[in-house]
Amino acid sequence: MSRWLLLLLFMLPLTGVAIDIKDPLDNPEQQALYERLLKEVRCLVCQNQPIGDSNAPLASDLRREIRNLIEQGQDEQEIRGFLLARYGDFVLYRPRFTAATALLWFAPGLLLLAGFWALWRVVQRRASLPIPDEDEEQAELLAAEARRE
Amino acid sequence: MLRFTLPIGLFLGLAVFLLVGLGRDPGYVPSPLIGRPLPAFTLPRLDDPEQEFSYSQMLGEVSLLNVWATWCIGCREEHQALMQIAATNEVPIYGLNWKDDPTMARRWLEQLGDPYVVVAMDLDGRVAIDWGVYGSPETFLLDADGQVLYKHVAPITLEIWEREFMPRIRAARGQG
Repeated sequence: MSRWLLLLLFMLPLTGVAIDIKDPLDNPEQQALYERLLKEVRCLVCQNQPIGDSNAPLASDLRREIRNLIEQGQDEQEIRGFLLARYGDFVLYRPRFTAATALLWFAPGLLLLAGFWALWRVVQRRASLPIPDEDEEQAELLAAEARRE
Repeated sequence: MLRFTLPIGLFLGLAVFLLVGLGRDPGYVPSPLIGRPLPAFTLPRLDDPEQEFSYSQMLGEVSLLNVWATWCIGCREEHQALMQIAATNEVPIYGLNWKDDPTMARRWLEQLGDPYVVVAMDLDGRVAIDWGVYGSPETFLLDADGQVLYKHVAPITLEIWEREFMPRIRAARGQG
């Protein structure tokens, strides 16, 4: 057990290996924006990774590009617009709210409502069933047992 | 009645939804550039880096723009098809050599043949980002004004060429 723990301990530094977040931007607000965008922007080569986690060449190009835009003083909206104009809604993990993405945004709520509706129907149906008389059931069971003996 | 039709309806709906999803390529991302002009660029030429090739030189006729690199396996796969398409002289094919080693790219064209009118070099991938390139080979079909008519992501085959590109080229020339 302790040997496994030791092994896990040795693996711990691996989780800290960040991809080129070397020399942070001078302005801490800009650095925070940079780090936030690294988590929000999808790497289109390895689609289930954000660009901050991916070592694909395209991801590193996009990191460099986003860094440049931040250094030029662009804000989050402008950088999102830059990415959207080139790669479309898919590039952001939280896409804009548009007619095309509305279903995506509403689906969880709609499914939850459908679940509640189904639950309500089941409960209603059960509630209208007659309540079985426990004493009667017990008596029947005892009678059946007596007959068997 | 609802007791049976509702679950069966739900099942069929889900089945159709999933079946359609099975047939779609999850790697394909629709380009927001379709129907809009390709962002302008000026880049050094592969054959002579001293000279520049710019966007405006492609305008005036329907053209094809192919993003390729020597490190890209799909590009090698489609090279023969590009050579055959170039041989038909239907449209000029321009190349964007994406984040590549120019020496190796030149050798590639010497050995496998050169289907391109001009190849521009995007050494740092900056122009490719403007075009929303995410996986080579990618091929853009542009009309005479530089509007993107169509974008194909994956190796081109002659079948795809006939099915997807030729009808659009004819339509763009008003021969539809």
